[in-house]
Amino acid sequence: MTTLTPSLTSSMIAILPELVILVTACTVLVADLYTRDDQKQSNHNLTIIGLLLALIAVGFVGGSVPTEAFSESFIRDPMSDLLKGAILIVSLLTFIYAKDYMRDREMWVGEYHVLLLFAVLGMLIMVSANGFLTLYLGLELLSLCLYALVAFDRDSKQGAEAAMKYFVLGALGSGMLLYGISMLYGASGGFAFADVAAAVASDGVNDKILVFGLVFALIGIAFKFGAVPFHMWLPDVYQGAPTPIVLFLSSAPKIAAFAMAARILIEALGGLQSDWGEILVILSVLSLALGNVVAIAQTNIKRMLAYSTISHVGFIFLGLLAGSEQGYASAMFYSVVYALMSAGAFGVLLMISSKGQDVQELDDLKGLSDRAPWLAAMMALMMFSMAGVPPMVGFVAKLLVLEAIIAQGMVWLAIVAVAFSIIGAFYYLRVVKMLYFDKPTTEVPVTTNASARVAITVNGAAILLLGMYPATLFTLCQQAFPG
Amino acid sequence: METVYLTIVLAPLIGAIIAGFFGGKIGRVGAHSVTILGVGIATLLSLWVLSRFIWHDEQAFNGTVYTWMVADGIRFEIGFLVDRLTALMMAVVTFVSLMVHIYTIGYMADDAHNWPEDSRVGTNSYQRFFSYISLFTFSMLMLVMSNNFLQLFFGWEAVGLVSYLLIGFYTVRESAISANLKAFLVNRVGDFGFILGIAAVVMYFGSLDYAEVFAQAPALADTQVAVLGGVSLMTLICILLFIGAMGKSAQMPLHVWLPDSMEGPTPISALIHAATMVTAGVFMVARMSPLYELSTTALSFVLVIGAVTAFFMGLVGLVQNDIKRVVAYSTLSQLGYMIAALGASAYAAGIFHLMTHAFFKALLFLAAGSVIIAMHHDQDIRNMGGLKRYMPITWITALLGSLALIAFPGFSGFFSKDAIIEAVGHSHIGGAGLAHLLLTLGAFVTALYSFRLYFLVFHGEPRMDHHTRSHLHETPWVVTIPLIALAIPSVFIGWYAIEPLLVQNWLGDAITVKPEQDTLHHLAAHWHGQREFIRHGMQAAPFWLSMAGLVLAAYYWSYVLQRNPKIDVELQQRGGWLTHLLEDKYGFDDFNQRVFAGGSQRIGRFLWKSSDQRMIDGAVVNGSARAVGWLAGVVRHLQTGMLYHYAFAMILGLVVLLTLFVTL
Repeated sequence: MTTLTPSLTSSMIAILPELVILVTACTVLVADLYTRDDQKQSNHNLTIIGLLLALIAVGFVGGSVPTEAFSESFIRDPMSDLLKGAILIVSLLTFIYAKDYMRDREMWVGEYHVLLLFAVLGMLIMVSANGFLTLYLGLELLSLCLYALVAFDRDSKQGAEAAMKYFVLGALGSGMLLYGISMLYGASGGFAFADVAAAVASDGVNDKILVFGLVFALIGIAFKFGAVPFHMWLPDVYQGAPTPIVLFLSSAPKIAAFAMAARILIEALGGLQSDWGEILVILSVLSLALGNVVAIAQTNIKRMLAYSTISHVGFIFLGLLAGSEQGYASAMFYSVVYALMSAGAFGVLLMISSKGQDVQELDDLKGLSDRAPWLAAMMALMMFSMAGVPPMVGFVAKLLVLEAIIAQGMVWLAIVAVAFSIIGAFYYLRVVKMLYFDKPTTEVPVTTNASARVAITVNGAAILLLGMYPATLFTLCQQAFPG
Repeated sequence: METVYLTIVLAPLIGAIIAGFFGGKIGRVGAHSVTILGVGIATLLSLWVLSRFIWHDEQAFNGTVYTWMVADGIRFEIGFLVDRLTALMMAVVTFVSLMVHIYTIGYMADDAHNWPEDSRVGTNSYQRFFSYISLFTFSMLMLVMSNNFLQLFFGWEAVGLVSYLLIGFYTVRESAISANLKAFLVNRVGDFGFILGIAAVVMYFGSLDYAEVFAQAPALADTQVAVLGGVSLMTLICILLFIGAMGKSAQMPLHVWLPDSMEGPTPISALIHAATMVTAGVFMVARMSPLYELSTTALSFVLVIGAVTAFFMGLVGLVQNDIKRVVAYSTLSQLGYMIAALGASAYAAGIFHLMTHAFFKALLFLAAGSVIIAMHHDQDIRNMGGLKRYMPITWITALLGSLALIAFPGFSGFFSKDAIIEAVGHSHIGGAGLAHLLLTLGAFVTALYSFRLYFLVFHGEPRMDHHTRSHLHETPWVVTIPLIALAIPSVFIGWYAIEPLLVQNWLGDAITVKPEQDTLHHLAAHWHGQREFIRHGMQAAPFWLSMAGLVLAAYYWSYVLQRNPKIDVELQQRGGWLTHLLEDKYGFDDFNQRVFAGGSQRIGRFLWKSSDQRMIDGAVVNGSARAVGWLAGVVRHLQTGMLYHYAFAMILGLVVLLTLFVTL
């Protein structure tokens, strides 16, 4: 692998997107002090501009040749380019969808923007980590912001409880990850992924300390994704946190979690694929089963989507455990697509939540097609996509993963995945049925702002178009794993 | 050129989407403007493409625009094959469609009256109608421009869908709903054969692409398949595909849905159930000529089915009293002629008749619609009469259309139908003798029912009530302009098109004919210009038979009718058992109703009661649903809400994984 010579200037250029986000966050922090309460629109505008600039910066510094920076602790490569782009786009959607909701509830303050921006920064750092320390730095920056955001509605008891649970369990998860990292450091003597990979190559599976570290690190990853049995925080946090935060939590961090998994498992511990592959088999089957089955019993839409997340994590793991370039690319495709679908579904929930009336229960969606036909259509589109109905992109994502694991001869696993997807289709289609065939329970009109309408339309169009033209995105995913 | 073809296909689709989804916002004028604009663009470009093929020797285009997926080496694609056959079809489809779009403005102007006042279903029905017919144009273009079987099937089903939606357009009328259900079910039977045929193609050829399949066909000509005691692969594929065509092009015994489809508004009867969709089967067989040529068994089957339909369905037209149903049976009969031409390997003649028929039959339907507008939606010809005085333009165009239909010398129908009868006469495959006889006699029947209709509607004393009569007047220009625009090709197109199409083999490579089965070369070999063809035709039996039919019709329904207004009823009584047989439409409907509908209901009830309710619902479906539900109920209790339980689960997971992977 050829890399450019690291120097301070080139290092700074390589982290340009991160710098832009950092500068934006600081600017918002300061600007917020000097604006009156009725001028908070400027925070929003600044944030949007910052994210757009960062997106441009990603395109500007991107390229097919990887660049290392800051003494090889940071790397910019095709994978990081694509994942950063996806994270920034999904974050943009989050800000746009959440605007009305947060403003109506007087939570549209400077801290909200700053915390979200720092969380984005954390994710960008995670994606570009070239060693365990950088990765952990990004992860903690993300997690700390998320803990605070979950409790953002200070008057909500549920929110506080959810944040507490998330924080304690998150600390436990981080602890395990850190312990795993220390084991790997002990076995290899280095923090860089390359060092660990070298140790694995020389000692191989015989080194129990490496495997020991692997199990702990993997649990950290599984916790971030929310795979069974490390999923317990997910339903409670989804239900308790303000919906815009859940929208954010459920979408972009999954992409970052994928980056973390790819960096640790593939780059550092690729030699132990037979070990972590087996662990992932267990986790993914459990996630598929529990996620899809329990989602059926949910009456709260946010909880239902939480279990749906768990089942999708099962699919992402399936792609990873295939252990082939095709499998990695399909898992990457799946996580990007999932983030888009999740953003869209929660986006609709946000847009139909009126002032003082959160959409929480599935029954609140009844007859939405009468009240807001376009939003109902978008929600149906997201549900169809999540259920894996062609020609929506969710179908392609599932198909690619299944192809990858069948190519590795794991047909039984594919059958299990399909069987649970069919069970899962029930609760997605039930939502569609409620949207179109049930009588509305309320007559309150749905008011939305233009930018959110545009965003949801773009989001829906992306789901449909990516489904019809999956090749572009999938080729980008394949380029991230050149084999 | 790819851009042009894409535009031709997409312009009507965009129009349909705008009118369909935003109909309420853009209003009636917006809806018809946008769809007419879309179809107008498609028409102009199609005519331009056709002119390129005629005068500039444009080369055939065969390319893929979008690959959906590749599975097991079989490509699922959207692509266009535009050769001369396609260009001709595109021009016919878009031109008729454009005329119908314009006409619809007048026909649907007071559509609001057709819906109950207190229901919401009639909201924006006008816009919805325009959206449907534009969508139809898109689907039909996808069908004719396809370069592979998958897209052909897509177009095939899409036109079927729109046809279904439009037959049942008046969802509040029970008769419309049962008619569209019938069309749907009968087409299912045909499509079952069609998709089996496509499956056989995929299985043996390993490709969906026309060019690849046709290239391999000669090599597989002698393959035998172990079905029904062993048949040739080509026969199997061709007959299966033709069963699809029988459904779509309403050939006996799958014709029963077409007369009932007249429940739909008249513009779509003209567009879908006369000029374009029902001819999809004819087009498909012509497109598949490289396959059909390899199986004379299949060709015989096609020939006999076509000829039988042509004659016997014409007869039924004699006893119908609904103006649209008479024209519908005439359509069935004319489709039979086209199919018979295909069976005789005279594909060019079949396509030629398809084209002339599209013009004059669309004209006749639109003229019928014009009469129906004037008669305030009374469709019974026994209540009409003498309309010629009130509606001169409708009258003269309908007369021209009828003359074209009965193959009056010089009119377009004359050239195409005479060519078919002559070609079938030269055919030597099994059943050709019978087919020739039926088609020749058909000429007499055609003239008889066409002019019975013509005289009853336009001549004689007016028989409508006083109120209707006082309101009779010519329909507005949006209705009459399309009539005139369609009357022109109905009269002249045959004269100009016969020489290139049938004599100079203009279609060229688009159609494959084996030399020993070529029945049109006689015509080409003895070609001495259109005048000579007419002179020759006037000495042959079909001409005299149709003149006899014309004279007989004039005698009874013009001359006798003036003295005895009840002559129509008396004639039908005199027919005795024959009339009954015809009025029962040979009992097909009763048979289907009793055997297929009744039988399947009985089987269905049996299966429902015994196996479905007890076995599947009871044990499998509800059982598994209950099991999943129960499991979900149990497992959700794992989520206690207690933090230490959650932490415990994580630690437990850790311990299990460590035990499994580190210590073992």
